[in-house]
Amino acid sequence: MGMEGIGASVVRKEDKRFITGKGRYVDDIKLLGMTYAHFIRSPHAHAKVKSIDSSAAEAMPGVVAVLTGRQIVDDKVGNLICGWAVTSKDGSPMRMGAWPAMAPETVRFVGQAVAVVIAESKNLARDAAEAVVVEYEELPAVADMPSALKPGAPQLHPEAPGNVVYDWHIGDEAAVNAAFSKAANVVSLELTNNRLAPNAMEPRAAIADYDAAEEHFTLYTTSQNPHVARLVLSAFYNIAPEHKLRVIAPDVGGGFGSKIFIYPEEMVALWASKKVGRPVKWTGDRTEAFLTDAHGRDHISKAEMAFDADNKILGLRVKTHANFGAYMSLFSSSVPTYLYATLLSGQYNIPAIYAEVMGVYTNTTPVDAYRGAGRPEASYLLERLVETAARQLKVDPAELRRKNFITQFPHQTPVIMAYDTGDFNASLDAAMKAIDYAGFPARKAAAKAQGKLRGIGLSCYIEACGIAPSKAVGSLGAGVGLWESAEIRVNPVGTIEVLTGSHSHGQGHETTFCQLIAERLGVPISQVSIVHGDTDKVQFGMGTYGSRSAAVGLTAILKAMEKVEAKAKKIAAHALEASEGDIIIENGEFKVTGTDKSIALPMVALAAYTAHNLPDGMEPGLKESAFYDPTNFTFPAGTYICELEVDQATGKTSFVNFVAADDFGRLINPMIVEGQVHGGLVQGIGQALLEHAVYDSNGQPVTASFMDYAMPRADDVPSFKLSHTTTLCPGNPLGVKGCGEAGAIGASAAVINAITDAIGNNKLEMPATPDRVWHAIHGNA
Amino acid sequence: MYQTTYHRASSVDEAAALFAKGSEAKFLAGGHTLLPVMKQRLASPSDVIDIGKIKDLIGVQLSGDTLVIKAATTYYDIMTNADVQKAIPAISYLTSVLGDPAVRHRGTIGGSIANNDPAADFPAALISLGATVKTNKRAITADDFFKGLFTTALEDGEIITEVAFPVPEKAGYAKMRHPASRFALTGVFVTKTKGGDVRVAATGASQSGVMRVPAIEAALKSNWSASAIDGVTVSASGLLSDIHGSSDYRANLVKVMAQRAVQAAG
Repeated sequence: MGMEGIGASVVRKEDKRFITGKGRYVDDIKLLGMTYAHFIRSPHAHAKVKSIDSSAAEAMPGVVAVLTGRQIVDDKVGNLICGWAVTSKDGSPMRMGAWPAMAPETVRFVGQAVAVVIAESKNLARDAAEAVVVEYEELPAVADMPSALKPGAPQLHPEAPGNVVYDWHIGDEAAVNAAFSKAANVVSLELTNNRLAPNAMEPRAAIADYDAAEEHFTLYTTSQNPHVARLVLSAFYNIAPEHKLRVIAPDVGGGFGSKIFIYPEEMVALWASKKVGRPVKWTGDRTEAFLTDAHGRDHISKAEMAFDADNKILGLRVKTHANFGAYMSLFSSSVPTYLYATLLSGQYNIPAIYAEVMGVYTNTTPVDAYRGAGRPEASYLLERLVETAARQLKVDPAELRRKNFITQFPHQTPVIMAYDTGDFNASLDAAMKAIDYAGFPARKAAAKAQGKLRGIGLSCYIEACGIAPSKAVGSLGAGVGLWESAEIRVNPVGTIEVLTGSHSHGQGHETTFCQLIAERLGVPISQVSIVHGDTDKVQFGMGTYGSRSAAVGLTAILKAMEKVEAKAKKIAAHALEASEGDIIIENGEFKVTGTDKSIALPMVALAAYTAHNLPDGMEPGLKESAFYDPTNFTFPAGTYICELEVDQATGKTSFVNFVAADDFGRLINPMIVEGQVHGGLVQGIGQALLEHAVYDSNGQPVTASFMDYAMPRADDVPSFKLSHTTTLCPGNPLGVKGCGEAGAIGASAAVINAITDAIGNNKLEMPATPDRVWHAIHGNA
Repeated sequence: MYQTTYHRASSVDEAAALFAKGSEAKFLAGGHTLLPVMKQRLASPSDVIDIGKIKDLIGVQLSGDTLVIKAATTYYDIMTNADVQKAIPAISYLTSVLGDPAVRHRGTIGGSIANNDPAADFPAALISLGATVKTNKRAITADDFFKGLFTTALEDGEIITEVAFPVPEKAGYAKMRHPASRFALTGVFVTKTKGGDVRVAATGASQSGVMRVPAIEAALKSNWSASAIDGVTVSASGLLSDIHGSSDYRANLVKVMAQRAVQAAG
């Protein structure tokens, strides 16, 4: 490891511009002649759009156009798609209703757009929007899954009778039934996984610019995956063919999954910019973010686990209802199925698993992937179930876990995943040591003497990251491959540009990706720049989500780098009149091993471009690209332990300690990993204690602002103690597993297990607000 | 935000005159209530009259047994004022748990009580301490000033100039913060006056805004101690209920916060 190579906590290169206000986000971009869009959104959860009268608005100053859902449908702009086909138990395809970018006749959630005003300024557009008269005929709405599944419930889409999108299953039902029939003990638990609003710091935004002469669109958008956006916009939405559409995702202020998807607003901006012949900008405000950014989670589950007399797990049976909201968002179908049920084996050797998942429409904001996407739901369910089992079987929760840990790798679970490596005992040991688990009973007793209820909770999570082997996901219904591409351009004087299909929106790629180059060539990271987020610059890419950028994106860079090095060695060997096999690379120099002969990288690069003296037959230049498709998922895993106290009088929770022992494989930049873990843990704790996107029974959102939706603040969370127990991932040459989602996946179960331990009542749902905890303490939850 | 005309008044009289001239004028002090609703287009004042820089409206005076806090004094200035800390430390504490540093540097006592948010902190202090609100027209006792949710005795165009607090023998404040807004989910201010009276006011609890809690007052009058409240039952009837706090939880908080306020008062 050099000073800036792999494993060094290099300070983030990108932070200088972020912390000095020089970041360039979509809303910072101004184009000549730009107009501004303001959407007219449904105030009703379910209604017919009877009429839209925009005549008064069109006559107002500065109004360029008022466009409606009817017009976008008439212009044959495609409906939004769901890109992962999930098949029901009975073999039938999923049943989906159409989702037009603006509703021509029916609105199905509060905030769905019915029309858009394009004007000379944001304020003029807003003024005019108030003059557009939309006549609605209200329809009965259903906001929660039990209501939506009742006979006679209001129906959202004729294509989906009973509001059911699919009724899917995985695993061996007969084997699970057999396991339960011979069980010595069965433990069961019903629980909900609360709906969350993602709340990236930067709201979504888009600028569409149509060039009529070239019939070419440019879209600036807040995307985690601009190439996927271009692919979908071209292939499905009839916006423009790929070569006539450039998508740029500049600095993006957080995504957490919510910026993976193609939203109606980008489509409308593109379509409108062609219609009005001018650039169209839309910047969402926080209310629009609450109403229209895809929400996360929202499961109701029942789980049962069978144990033999020795407390070994025999089987797991899970039944989950997953709320999709009013429409199927881009990857929504995969989240409660292939990203959820496939992780239900957790860290445990479970011989038989059977899970059923029913996807349900409701009159709420669409739900899709949010940090962890399915895996937090699996981890929360399993870790609460195992903790419940330990209490019921009266064994130590750590020992029950240890007894059932998978210890031999590779390990094929009954639910598709084949774990490649791991050491679950090591992370459990590290976390127990860090929190002084053995000393807990004494601390609990001491707290009790002070009138405090103290609890400890464990969570041993595993996730499938490095998403994903294309062949595998294709066989499961994915509409895309999930490889990554990279290109390395060594410039004539030796500086290096790395073009990547990964997209950084907080992950620090501009630093970590440079560290790989520094590691390989021994050059300072200041000589390397990372190019991403522009479909005109980067040939293709699948973007950043699912903790995939190191495992897949960086491996693609490594593959391109190996090609660059091979060619550079040939050039160096030729220049040094040495054998290619004798060339080694050190500190930016190509050396002939065992001699003092060397040539610096800039001279090799210059030789490549002057081409005055290259080996016979060699092409000039020093630029290589690679596509990398992983052979398996990666499996980050670890143990989180939370110790906290509950105030009996108020139900308020106070953290005493929170330790994390993660196995992420090789760390590229430990400081950045630490930041990722902190952020993830805060989101997991936020879900456990604070965050909840709530609708009333009519489908009206109750939490559409920060006055009601409780985001975690610094004083809501403890100071974390992090550690790492490393097993290198055998699936990629860097040995990396990914770290972006772990905290959000593992934290919530640790917190709830600790609270239920403290109060002695296991009947507690997230968010465990002081009100709920107080009721649980007093036995009337 | 709709268009509006901004005025910065240099005196109370000028502010009142500007208000009379505007078709639908609003006073602005810290702006924490008015500006968010203007940004959401829920308010469209013709004129916004900034009274936050009027010198006569800023400052704290302690004379004898009366602490006077002028209306446009910010929470931060109240929190750090030596006279406040000496005469009624519970007010200093209240401001220290009110909002966040940005709020405390902008928000004012006059703005808080004129808005009378049912979860604001200051109304509880005024009611409990038996304060008097002075305006450019008259003096109004706190008991008469607060008239329910977002409603006060203020007439159109009337400007609060100061709040006069009788210095108590003891006073304390305790609150449970609303997890999202950080307003009071429920806060209770307790006062033992120099005359031996006990007044207890709760904010964030009642559907009708700040309220007195007679049962707790009676218990404390006979025995000024947290344990004196142990046997008191606070009814959940008429209390607020929402996703962050059901009415029975708030009823419990009224009691628990009262006990903690008594402990803080000493």
